[in-house]
Amino acid sequence: MSKTETGMTADPGATGPGASTGPGAATGPGAATAATDPPPNQEISPDGGDAGIDGQAPASVRAYGRLLGSELRLVFGRRRNQLLLLVVALFPLLIGIALKIAAPSGAAGGGNGNANGPNNGSAFFNQLAGNGVFLTFIALTMLLILVLPVVVSVVSGDSVAGEAGHGTLRYLLTVPAGRTRLLSVKYLAIVAFATTAVFIVAIVALLAGVVMFPVGPVTLLSGTTVSLADGLLRVLGVTLYIAVAMAAVGAIGLAISTLTEHAIGAIAALMILVVGSEVADDVPQFAAAGPYLPTHWWPMFDSLLRSPVDTTTLWHGLASFVVYAVLFCLLAWARFTTADVTS
Amino acid sequence: MRGALVTGHVDPGGPGQAAAESRDPELAIASSGLTKRFRGGQLAVDDLDLAVPKGSVYGFLGPNGSGKTTTIRMLLGLAFPTSGSAELLGVGVPDGVGRVLSRVGSLVEGPAFYPYLSGRDNLARYDAADRAASPRTSKARIGEALERVGLTAAAKKRYRHYSLGMKQRLAIAAGLLQPRDLIILDEPTNGLDPQGTREVRSLIRRIAADGITVFVSSHLLAEVEQTCSHVGVMRGGKLVFQGSLPELRRTGAARISVRTPDVEAAAKVLRKLGLVGLAPADGEISAELGDDAPEKICAELVHAGVGVRGLSVETPSLEDLFVGLTGEGFDVED
Repeated sequence: MSKTETGMTADPGATGPGASTGPGAATGPGAATAATDPPPNQEISPDGGDAGIDGQAPASVRAYGRLLGSELRLVFGRRRNQLLLLVVALFPLLIGIALKIAAPSGAAGGGNGNANGPNNGSAFFNQLAGNGVFLTFIALTMLLILVLPVVVSVVSGDSVAGEAGHGTLRYLLTVPAGRTRLLSVKYLAIVAFATTAVFIVAIVALLAGVVMFPVGPVTLLSGTTVSLADGLLRVLGVTLYIAVAMAAVGAIGLAISTLTEHAIGAIAALMILVVGSEVADDVPQFAAAGPYLPTHWWPMFDSLLRSPVDTTTLWHGLASFVVYAVLFCLLAWARFTTADVTS
Repeated sequence: MRGALVTGHVDPGGPGQAAAESRDPELAIASSGLTKRFRGGQLAVDDLDLAVPKGSVYGFLGPNGSGKTTTIRMLLGLAFPTSGSAELLGVGVPDGVGRVLSRVGSLVEGPAFYPYLSGRDNLARYDAADRAASPRTSKARIGEALERVGLTAAAKKRYRHYSLGMKQRLAIAAGLLQPRDLIILDEPTNGLDPQGTREVRSLIRRIAADGITVFVSSHLLAEVEQTCSHVGVMRGGKLVFQGSLPELRRTGAARISVRTPDVEAAAKVLRKLGLVGLAPADGEISAELGDDAPEKICAELVHAGVGVRGLSVETPSLEDLFVGLTGEGFDVED
């Protein structure tokens, strides 16, 4: 556990001085105590209602919808998770304010078309002064390194291990919720939460960018200028791409979560894995293994910011995410459907 | 129904016979050769042939660590048996858990709920997980279950702030969300004060009065003695006794002792009646009572002209029998 904790506390430093206090303060106590949460809604909302309105849906589908609704309320209603989303929403604002204060003057249109990840940041920074839309890309790039993976780790690592730790897993299974059914609901809730977090970053950054910086036709990294509508479409594309990347992380988290009844262990293990993969990806000697690392394709969303769009890279990235998601969902399933529940 | 029970010391007999028993429609729980070996090699449950008649209150007794909870986990599909098979309400487990468990309420190793949800929301969470539960009646059923265990007033309180007894009752309420045919309670009074214990016991009686089969595990004999019609006694992963409470009492060889001036003549009569374990003493003789009625023996003695000054029957207490079966004793070992 000591290894775990150093991992957790050391990591936020990687996001840079401005960002380090935020995630450190939020994930630390939130993940460790897992205890300060209010009941989401006092009333039981008739969640079966929406599915029940059309009497056509078979009972099993409606029952599945009801369990999914319950799971989503559990995940989104938990104060710790709400706090995570709040922190995620604050980052783009902070980044925007910081960049506004330190804005480089007249650097617009500096289209240096370097495809390497580390340089994207500076390329985006140069663009920002000319167009607020770029705050979205800057925020996503920065949060993608650590904050978004932390958010996904907390929710996915907790998903099965947390239930096992509370002992609620054995009661869910004797209800009976069904092991495969429960696991699939868990994964859908992880994907929903991860997607929500990514979209919160994108939307808050977009709004903040629009308010704080000039907005107009978007000059891409390749130097081409496209219309604002086209630019916004690319923002949506980037957001979805990153959401898929986070869904793959969530699958890894789910698989780890089935191995333990200590949620914090699963969360830490996934964080170590993500950071380890990012570090390994930066070591030139490991270049051959790079494309197979789970984090390798994350920054490649910048392919969408060139004209023409580098679709080969995008598809490679998406294929990598899907392979990781499917593989680890299968591992989670194989483990969860055959393991004794001893908690 | 009682005939289906394996009486006395369980013989790890022919699997064919056990399989025939497990198909008995009169049994709520049946297992044959149920065995669980942990990864470390420890044999937690060893060749268990359970037979729990429908409508009974079955006390599953044994000291801590004798395999009770592991057995219950296998019955509920939480753990997978190493070998052997089990049926709940005629449905094989673990394969059929999806079909049968909605008719089975259970409490396994203490209550477990989400500490940050209220009692009502916790029940709603478990109810939402149940394919067989109608969302339309959910609110009413949850209200009823809370009412039944007396938690209506605390329904909106967060689970974290519940007392131990309230937690236990909420767990039983969760078991009562649906109409059940079988309730499995693992150590339901563990950690409760006498008041809480009494509440749980009366709850068990009320559940049983509705015709629901109750399977309740305990390491306390007293708890079982007051509520159960049948018992199974575990020791080191093996079922060392299974049957009705009167049958358990009978295994404790009750002794009849006769005070008489004529010990010789009394011994002759008792021997003629087929009693064994005769122990003549000065002015008194005792023997194992067996199935004979003491009044009949008295009549025979008087009929044979033996002067009877006093006659008494001494039965070992259930406590003695239980301790004997579960191993702390020295006289039941054979």
